[in-house]
Amino acid sequence: MSARSRELAGLVLAGLVAATAFASVALARDSELSPRALAWVVAFAGLYLVAHVAVRRTAPYADGALLPLTAVLTAVGLVTIYRLDSEDGARQAVWVAVGVAVLVAALVALKRDYRVLESYRYLFGVAAVVLLLLPSVPGLGAEVNGVRLWVDLGPLQFQPGELAKICLIVFLAGYLREKREVLAQGRLKDFGPLVAIWGAAMLVIVQTNDLGSALLNFGIFLAMLYVATGRALFVAAGLALFVGGAAVLYNAIGHVQERVTTWLDPWDPDRVYDESYQLVQSLYSIANGGWEGTGLGRGTFASTDGTELIPALRTDFVFSAIAQEIGLIGASALLLCFMLFVVRGMRIALRAQDGFSKLLAVGLTFGFALQTFVILGGVLRVVPLTGITLPFVSYGGTSIVANFLLLAGLLLVSSRANAPR
Amino acid sequence: MNPQIIRLTYVALALIAVLVVMTTYWQTWAAASLADRQDNAIKRVAEFSIDRGLIFSFEPRRRLARNREREVDGRTLFFRRYPYGPLAAHVVGYSTVGRSRTGLERSLNDYLTASNQNLSTLVDKALDELRGRPVQGNDVVTTLDLDAQQVALDELGTRCGAVVALDPRTGKVRVMASSPSFDPNLVEERFGRISRVAADCRPASPLLNRASAGLYVPGSTFKVITASAALESKKYGPESTFYDPGYCTVYGKRVNNFDTTSPFGTITLTDALTYSVNSVFCKIGLKLGAKAILDQAKRFGFYERPPLETPADERLASGLYQRGALYYPRLDSDVDAGRMAFGQERMLVTALQMASVAGTIGAGGRFLEPHVVDRIVAPGGRVIERQRPRLIRRAVSEETADAVAAMMRLAVERGTGTAARISGYSIGGKTGTGETGVPGSNTTWFIAFAGPDEERPPELAIAVVLQNQSGTGGATAAPIARAVMQAILQDTENP
Repeated sequence: MSARSRELAGLVLAGLVAATAFASVALARDSELSPRALAWVVAFAGLYLVAHVAVRRTAPYADGALLPLTAVLTAVGLVTIYRLDSEDGARQAVWVAVGVAVLVAALVALKRDYRVLESYRYLFGVAAVVLLLLPSVPGLGAEVNGVRLWVDLGPLQFQPGELAKICLIVFLAGYLREKREVLAQGRLKDFGPLVAIWGAAMLVIVQTNDLGSALLNFGIFLAMLYVATGRALFVAAGLALFVGGAAVLYNAIGHVQERVTTWLDPWDPDRVYDESYQLVQSLYSIANGGWEGTGLGRGTFASTDGTELIPALRTDFVFSAIAQEIGLIGASALLLCFMLFVVRGMRIALRAQDGFSKLLAVGLTFGFALQTFVILGGVLRVVPLTGITLPFVSYGGTSIVANFLLLAGLLLVSSRANAPR
Repeated sequence: MNPQIIRLTYVALALIAVLVVMTTYWQTWAAASLADRQDNAIKRVAEFSIDRGLIFSFEPRRRLARNREREVDGRTLFFRRYPYGPLAAHVVGYSTVGRSRTGLERSLNDYLTASNQNLSTLVDKALDELRGRPVQGNDVVTTLDLDAQQVALDELGTRCGAVVALDPRTGKVRVMASSPSFDPNLVEERFGRISRVAADCRPASPLLNRASAGLYVPGSTFKVITASAALESKKYGPESTFYDPGYCTVYGKRVNNFDTTSPFGTITLTDALTYSVNSVFCKIGLKLGAKAILDQAKRFGFYERPPLETPADERLASGLYQRGALYYPRLDSDVDAGRMAFGQERMLVTALQMASVAGTIGAGGRFLEPHVVDRIVAPGGRVIERQRPRLIRRAVSEETADAVAAMMRLAVERGTGTAARISGYSIGGKTGTGETGVPGSNTTWFIAFAGPDEERPPELAIAVVLQNQSGTGGATAAPIARAVMQAILQDTENP
């Protein structure tokens, strides 16, 4: 069975998951299977059929598991968002369509050889920094919940941080491929650019108050540095620098401080109805799911008068909605999908033949894993909470588009690696 | 680069594995304790989709809490109504979206929402869920006598205080009234009106269940415990004689009788209880020592949260209190035993505790666990839990109990408690006037047991406590006790 046939079979399975999920929500909410629910499933299947055909044409040897896994993750996200607010669900569906379009466009544009990207590495590096700092430009950036993550261009708002992450990975893959031997020798003068990156990460924290995105980008950098040089010491030193810098900033920035105290003791009576309300209610939502969950469409997210009990449920806290409705069994299955995605991504990196491809695949995959950990770790009170999105699941256009670009990268690398020579 | 990639894969998978472990922790291990938390809005709101069990009074059988259905966002939600308003508000409590729950609504929430772990409930609930019907909770039948409860609240009027009446043979609580009361129907949307409830005390605290969580100076009612300790010690008998000069000397200071103008001179223990002579009990206290009396009090249930089905934080233990906390002396000399023996010092008690003391004396020394819930009934009518009488312990020997009971009968017959006499019944009681240090604002008490005659165990024990009184316990509290006892005794006479 070829990779593409496996992919098609996987997509059929994903379609079944989506159809069951939409049917359960429709039954629970409206007590009937409306044609609308059917329309959703047909549209969803159509989108991924298009993606499948595009992969067949442009990346015929690509890994066959990634697209079905993506389909499952977006299906779970779509169903949950649609269930919480059908209008937001429709918007998210449009964004998934845009994401698929971007995927197809990226595949078509780079099908000859994606490695041309390597020659534009510095352009990507500059783009990453610009995108990261864009929200703090006066008149452009918008502050939400004390964090500057958004760019507001009138009708269009987007979170440039998500795209910056992709640009940074492309830059690092190119830069580290070129400098890895030199860096591995560990001469002090070669570390200038790396110190600059650390400085940029700290600057991002100061400028945007956003510990999460700084942690994510710096983590990706350390992981790729380690893979490129094989020097664990660099990672240790980098981590020490980051923690040290963050500790200094902790005292300087109230927002970061608040997140940490909330994390340490969310049930403090002074905070439980205030700063830590969101985190605590989200934990209650997860706990309310128990083993088997309340069932899709049957969870409790709104008070008896219809007001939402958990702020940001569709974006940062989408997992606590999912965990309540599909329970531990479903939530574990979802996390297993994330694990499989990571395993496939790393396998692609192992099989890739050239340094740039390996580093690119590692960066994209580890970025995906770390982002999942940072947001879900925050929601599950493993680490302080920082507002970033859950890949492919959270509501939000930029995030969806950025993650489809990530998928495009992995598909392209794997197609080249698996191609018969 | 491949070895590094493999190691990094392990790191990435470990990160996600941590998420699986933590999800498991929150959804299984921690789930039960999170569900019980008062600030859990998710669980609270989720439970409004359950057809919550009803709460009934015992006799006459009335619905104290019922449901009103409302369609919200395509779902049927069940909101609580309390047809009798303030009548049993402190026992029943309330269940609201905005202000959580109290009373039985809180402590029996698992039964009322069918979340209890009885097999039959689990099966019924699963069937309801499969059929897509609202889950039906279990009904609760309390032991309350609604007519007597009404008499108690009417008698209390605007005064602040509490009445507890129970059957000492079974522990069933017939009346648990706290004044001022509040209308639980107002809690959700018009809470302001509850906070403006006025009464003869400040703060009026209408939400406080004074019957089990109001701590008061016991005054002379505590002499029942001192007398029990005296008889149990074998150092005294009912006919032991004392000399009463009208005061007692403790640490070189005089402690006066209630009325110092006419000392009794030579007097027996029986008469000392009948006429509530402080100096006699003061002497007994000094002789026995504080710890001996406190240990007797412990046998009556002091120093432990009185058992009842209401939430634990709505019940308080009786005993000595120091800086707001229960306190047991390390040495006899840490406490003024003379003053403690007639219910002063730092002794604080609840009406529920004192009703149990009166009942235990009446029932021959057997201290039965008080109950306010008679049974819990599944939607089909099958009883899934039934409270049976449970002996906590023997507090005093039968001889001691009978001797003290005889003294209490004399107190009602010809002593300080004559206002509680009911013709045709044998009633034993004890008055109390606890000094709070503010003139004209004493805490007054009456505790009693009542039965058809001296031979049979009494069917009723009662404690009445009033705040801010200028009169004595015999003049203020005893008439209330009489009215409530009459209401209950008449009910049992003509069922």
